[in-house]
Amino acid sequence: MSLVMDAPVTPSAASADALEKIAIRNLDFFYGETQALKSVSLPLHRNEVTAFIGPSGCGKSTLLRVLNRMYDLYPNQRAEGEVLLDGENILSPDLDANLLRARVGMVFQKPTPFPMSIYENIAFGIRLYEKVSRSELDHRVEAALRGAALWNEVKDKLNASGLSLSGGQQQRLCIARTVAIHPEVILFDEPASALDPISTAKIEELIDDLSERYTIAIVTHNMQQAARVSEYTAFMYLGELIEFDRTRRVFTSPEKKQTQDYITGRFG
Amino acid sequence: MPDHIVKSYDRELESLGRRIAEMGGLAEKMLSEAMDALVDLDVDMARRVVASDPRLDMLQREVEESAVLTIARRQPMAIDLRECVAAIRISGDLERVGDLAKNIAKRTTKIAAEARLPRAIVGLKSMHDVAAMQLKDVLDAYAQRDVERAREVWSRDAELDALEDSVFRDLLTFMMEDPRNISFCTHLLFCSKNIERIGDHTTNIAETVVFLVTGEPLPVERPKGKTAFEPAESL
Repeated sequence: MSLVMDAPVTPSAASADALEKIAIRNLDFFYGETQALKSVSLPLHRNEVTAFIGPSGCGKSTLLRVLNRMYDLYPNQRAEGEVLLDGENILSPDLDANLLRARVGMVFQKPTPFPMSIYENIAFGIRLYEKVSRSELDHRVEAALRGAALWNEVKDKLNASGLSLSGGQQQRLCIARTVAIHPEVILFDEPASALDPISTAKIEELIDDLSERYTIAIVTHNMQQAARVSEYTAFMYLGELIEFDRTRRVFTSPEKKQTQDYITGRFG
Repeated sequence: MPDHIVKSYDRELESLGRRIAEMGGLAEKMLSEAMDALVDLDVDMARRVVASDPRLDMLQREVEESAVLTIARRQPMAIDLRECVAAIRISGDLERVGDLAKNIAKRTTKIAAEARLPRAIVGLKSMHDVAAMQLKDVLDAYAQRDVERAREVWSRDAELDALEDSVFRDLLTFMMEDPRNISFCTHLLFCSKNIERIGDHTTNIAETVVFLVTGEPLPVERPKGKTAFEPAESL
């Protein structure tokens, strides 16, 4: 019964900074003339998993892409408002987007291993940001693969191509590549939607593990997955944040009718 | 509330509600007939009450099975999940109400021959009237998703507890008056306890209805009347 007894999330101003790794404030986003996000405000709590759900085109992937300035890569896309990472506005033009992406890593829907060896897939990113000795590099690669629960499956074939792995293993390789450079935040954009149930379970287990060390945001179309892996859930619709609350509340007794209609399959 | 995109999902939930309604009707009927049988010492009617219990048990199993199947098949969320959980809980409570009514009927068949003292049953009849009204109200509250009505049922249970207390004293008096009343009155004591328990199941259902509609549980403690088993300052 305690499942539904939590009060709505209203952290007091004093404790908010300590809890919030990222604070999104009045965020608008435009693809050219089209507004994809409308004054979205919410926190991402430190070392917690926040899930973003909503129908296709609701803006949840767009929001994720803002969090590591992925949109910088495209002309005509712009964000307005504030996204504070430990209090620093990452939308500021002065900020080095490459350094930001080292702090805020991203894992995509389809596994995207580089066409190189398993070892190099991970070493590549580390070398990009740091100068490390060969033995240190070996150590970091192993730690990353262990962190992504892949080490035991690949330790004897580190020189094999990353593309030779199964889909689920490739996805974990991408997660290993992300954690190898010690980010602070990891963004998952539908990380398991192309995977079978066993690989999906492994990814979910991994996300659970990772949340002890990282702040995590995950976009998923799988409602049950959101309910399983996250502590907080944001429901978005047509570019607006409709409801943000503890996951246990959103999936047992959401406050807004739109949220309830969506998660119970009554939408549209 | 709009329909589900998947229509068969709606049909599954509707069929749960329908079977709960059928169980409720059956439990009500068993309770009132058990009481009529007791008042009139009508053994035939008492036997009919006993015979209708298996139907209630079967319905409970059906509700449980389909709710579990819906949970497995649809992974319901929010209101739908609460519908399934509520159906399982309420069907359990109604099945127990049926058992308790059946027990009253069984005792009726035992005491019909030796029954005396019609006034001993008057108090029980009042208890029954309150319990039956409470049961009817809570079933209406479930059917109409009426939280206020459920809350009223929940807070009115103390009335039944107080009546049980007074029936207890009456029966005790009758037994003290004449030892030949003991066997008969002991059965009636159990009957009064059964009705009091039916009241408890009714308040359980009221709690479930509130949870079903609001997603919030009622407080653990509900208003309590004095019971016969409290330290007897007034006995």
